[in-house]
Amino acid sequence: MTAANPAARGAHLFEYLLRLADNGVVLAQRLGEWVGKGPVLEEDIASTNVALDLLGQARLWLAYAGEIEARDGAPVRSEDALAYFRDSGEFRNLLLVEQPNGNYADTIARQFLFDQWHVLLLGQLALSKDARVVGIAAKAVKEVRYHVERSSDWVVRLGDGTAESHARMQSAIGALWMYTGEMFTVDATERELIDAGIAVDNESLSSPWQASVRAVLDDATIVVPADPFMQGSRARGGKQGVHTEHLSHLLAEMQVLPRSFPDARW
Amino acid sequence: MSSEWPLWEVFIRSQHGLAHKHVGSLHAPDAGMAIKNARDVYTRRNEGISIWVARSADIHASSPGDRAALFEPSNDKVYRHPTFFPMPDEVKHI
Repeated sequence: MTAANPAARGAHLFEYLLRLADNGVVLAQRLGEWVGKGPVLEEDIASTNVALDLLGQARLWLAYAGEIEARDGAPVRSEDALAYFRDSGEFRNLLLVEQPNGNYADTIARQFLFDQWHVLLLGQLALSKDARVVGIAAKAVKEVRYHVERSSDWVVRLGDGTAESHARMQSAIGALWMYTGEMFTVDATERELIDAGIAVDNESLSSPWQASVRAVLDDATIVVPADPFMQGSRARGGKQGVHTEHLSHLLAEMQVLPRSFPDARW
Repeated sequence: MSSEWPLWEVFIRSQHGLAHKHVGSLHAPDAGMAIKNARDVYTRRNEGISIWVARSADIHASSPGDRAALFEPSNDKVYRHPTFFPMPDEVKHI
C-alpha cells in the first residue's frame, strides 16, 4: 500500500463518515413515519426511541464529517447543512435502510437485518485508531445492543406467531434479503481506511452476521433465503450514491421545510 | 390489536429510591415484552435503574367501600404513632 497524502485520507474519511451518518439519518426518518400510526401506543414510542437514538448518532457522525471536510479547506458545513442540503445522489446510506416501511413486519425485518449488522460494525469501530470514531461508536453501541435485542425479539414473535404474521415476516425477509449483500461490500475508499486502522472491514462482519441472523430466523421458523441471492451483484450502490427511487421521496419530505425556509429555527 | 394484549402495571426503582414505585400501566403480550415496553415508555428520561411489571389482573386491591372499616379505627390510637420519642438535636433528616 502506498501512503496516501493527508488530503486524500481526509476525503476518504469524510466519505466514510457520511456512510455511517446517512444510515442513521435515513432510517430515523423512515421510523419517524410511524409516529402516531404505530400498531399500538407502546410500539409507537419504542420505534420512535430507536429513531431518536439513530438520529443522535447521525448528528455525531455528521458533525465530525463536517470538521474533517473543513480541515481540507472546504467551507464548514453544519450537521443541518449536510442533512438537509444534499440531494439523493450525495447520500451514502445503504439501500436497505431507505426501503419503504411497508407493513409492520417489513419495518421490523428491515430493522432486524440492519441492527444485526450495525451492532457488529460499531463493536469493531470502537477499536478504531481514530479516537473520535471510537468515542462515537462506544456510545452508540450501547443503544444499538438494545435495538438488536428488540428487533430480534419481534422477528421471533411475528415469525413464530400466527399464520398471518408468519407469512408477512417470511415475505418481508424474502423481499429485503437482496439488500443485505451491500452491507458486506468494501470499496477503494474503505480499503484505504481499513489499511490505516480507521474503518471496519465489512467483509469480516459477514460470518458473524450470518450466524446471528440465522439463529434468530430459525427461532422464528422463517426460512432463510438462498445465499446466492444475497451475494449477487444486484442491489448495491447506496454507499456510492446510486439509490433506489424511494430515497428521493423520503428526502423531499425530510428536506422541504429547511429548503423552503432556510433560516427556519425549531 | 391492543385490546388482545393484557394490561401490565409498571414499577420503577429510581436512581436514589430504595423501593420500586408504581408509575403507570401498559399493554404487552407477555412479561418480557412488558419490560421492554416499560423501558421505552417509562425510562426515557433516566428515571430508573430497575423495572418490575405485574399483570394488572394479578393485583388485588382493597375495596373503597371498606375504607372506614379498614383504616378509621387507627385514627384515634395515637399511641401507635411514633410521635412520643424525644429526638436528640444531633439527629438530622428525620
